[in-house]
Amino acid sequence: MLKQVHFKSSALPYMLVAPQIIITLVFFMWPASQAIYQSLLIEDAFGGNTQFVWFDNFIELFDDDHYVKTFVRTLFYSAMVALLSLSVSLILAAMADRVIRGTGIYRTLLIWPYAVAPVIAGALWAFLFYPTTGIISTALTKIGYEWNHQLNGNQAMFLVIIAAAWKQISYNFLFFLAGMQAIPKSLIEAAAIDAASPAKRFWTIIFPLITPTTFFLLVVNIVYAFFETFGIIHVVTKGGPANATETLVYKVYKDGFIGLDLGGSSVQSVILMVLVIAMTVFQFKFIERKVEY
Amino acid sequence: MKKIPSPVAKISLAAALTLSFSTNLMAETEIQWWHAMGGVNGERVEKIAKDFNATQKEFKVVPVNKGNYTETMTAAVAAFRAHKQPHIVQVFEVGTATMMAAKGAVYPVEDVMKDAGVSFDKKDYLPAVISYYQTTDGKLLSMPFNSSTPVMWYNKDAFKKAGIDKPPVTWDDVEADSKKLQASGMKCGFSFGWQSWVMIENFSAWHDIPFATKENGFAGLDAELVFNNDNVVNMLGKVGEWQKSKIFDYGGRRGDSLPKFVNGECGMWMNSSAYYGAIKKQAKFDFGQTMLPLNPAIRKTPQNSIIGGATLWVLKGHDKGDYKGVAQFLKYLSSPKVQAWWHQETGYVPITTAAYELSKKEGFYDINPGTDTAIKQLSLNAPTPNSRGIRLGNFVQIRDVINEEMEAIWNGSKSAKDAMDTAVKRGNKLLRKFEKANK
Repeated sequence: MLKQVHFKSSALPYMLVAPQIIITLVFFMWPASQAIYQSLLIEDAFGGNTQFVWFDNFIELFDDDHYVKTFVRTLFYSAMVALLSLSVSLILAAMADRVIRGTGIYRTLLIWPYAVAPVIAGALWAFLFYPTTGIISTALTKIGYEWNHQLNGNQAMFLVIIAAAWKQISYNFLFFLAGMQAIPKSLIEAAAIDAASPAKRFWTIIFPLITPTTFFLLVVNIVYAFFETFGIIHVVTKGGPANATETLVYKVYKDGFIGLDLGGSSVQSVILMVLVIAMTVFQFKFIERKVEY
Repeated sequence: MKKIPSPVAKISLAAALTLSFSTNLMAETEIQWWHAMGGVNGERVEKIAKDFNATQKEFKVVPVNKGNYTETMTAAVAAFRAHKQPHIVQVFEVGTATMMAAKGAVYPVEDVMKDAGVSFDKKDYLPAVISYYQTTDGKLLSMPFNSSTPVMWYNKDAFKKAGIDKPPVTWDDVEADSKKLQASGMKCGFSFGWQSWVMIENFSAWHDIPFATKENGFAGLDAELVFNNDNVVNMLGKVGEWQKSKIFDYGGRRGDSLPKFVNGECGMWMNSSAYYGAIKKQAKFDFGQTMLPLNPAIRKTPQNSIIGGATLWVLKGHDKGDYKGVAQFLKYLSSPKVQAWWHQETGYVPITTAAYELSKKEGFYDINPGTDTAIKQLSLNAPTPNSRGIRLGNFVQIRDVINEEMEAIWNGSKSAKDAMDTAVKRGNKLLRKFEKANK
């Protein structure tokens, strides 16, 4: 027979979780509720004239084909950033995993970029590619390729993708390397004895075994590209030229902080919020189960 | 028995001391001034405040740089909403309609002066400058501080090398001169910055064609954009063509294309007269400024250009006594000596007739020929409803829209007609939104 255990209720556990709950309420729930409230208002910049308009702001946003374009662009951008930084760091990790001498130096150097703030990373790449004076752009012009990301939208997109991906490589590298080192050496040695080439060993043994890491990093990278690359975009292109590098988050900033359209900007934040919730649920409910651990 | 002072007594003694100190300091009332002037101009702003503080003991003006124009305006709006607003904030001309609509927040400069009993005569100010900032019944809302207008900068050395003997007057000249410059080895003919302001707003005023209905928005919130007319579209279409052969080369928004001019890549550059200081510092060649080019097919002679730059707005919500200091400071700021100095150092237009006369008397324009181009452009003719200025709500965003669409012309992804039609359509949506928010 099942016996029910009753603990004496005490205030202590509540007190212990209180700081976390208070932080969540003050820094997450309160601003989020404000954003939702604000998204139902039309207001002048100084807040002197406020009208409650229900879902007018939402209707207007979905009516705007520029928003849809920005949405698609953001998806493309995130996918490219994730793909590029994951593949490069996978190669680097596979290489670093095989290095015998000087491991510490390699690893340290590869991890360095992670310490660079997004804005600095952006400025770095912006300098390298600055159309009139940048080193790389000058070199490109010398070999006959016209580089001007202030004019050419595709080049601008390429540049922010590179800058954002570069910044994330170190992080991915760390996780990949840790994942690879956790694979028992005996497996790889056994394969080597059976005359499997290094490439074969990688694709048939190492790669499948680090799938959980890869999946985790995929989600982290997409979230990173979505929400944390604002600084890079702001420094490198400011969303231009002609909107070519404007992501959802950048549009929230532009409409809210530059345009002072708080209602319209809040609607976009609310949509982003829903998106994050959906992504998190998706991650936990569906994909994690399918990944082999 | 000795009496030992209790800790409480000690604390209250300390508190009393601090209090008396702070009341001593309080005698000097602080006036917060948020501005958007970075670099060298930021230092000049500091100097103005310091000099004013030295003239009297009652008030202390504290200038704070809040980033660029948009950032400063956003900061002031956010501060106002949190009841922490500065006394004075510098707002660029594009934000004028937003500020005007903020009735509970803004303390009109004319009232500030009157309430503080500081003498103030609007006639002292240049009409082209203050007409931008007056209500329909003529009340001055904000104090002009740094006003400029776009001019054509040109590289005199490069012109000489290319065998061009005089600066361009018409757009045909610009094209011909550009080709000559390129033939002499230059990479591009001309470039410009603040493109919506220079190439659409001022192009329209210069040729006396409307930018928006309702006198460019001066006569009401229900104005509609009309800059997708043939004159503007043809002009921009041509510039788009020129981009291909580098007669024109785009170099980014705001002043981002300045390096193209000072590095000697492009021989001509159209942007604010206020780049005088920067060009003087960076250019290693002899340069000059001349009036904006004209298209004689649209209009035989130019009308007048419109101003840009910023004004100082006084925000409500402080003690009445503070505003006396504000009024004194604004008075000091527009005195001929300060204004003439500011104008000569920066290239901004002098805002009062007296400052202009003083600069003339000091021989500034004789030593630096061409530096009066801006003021001549502004006062070329009496402003018409098309050339008085532009007063549209959400104009910060509208300019962004225009910038985006213009960039689409330069990179060839849209025709000039298509881009301008879209810009007008998107811009009108923003205007209706502003109208709705400010009923």
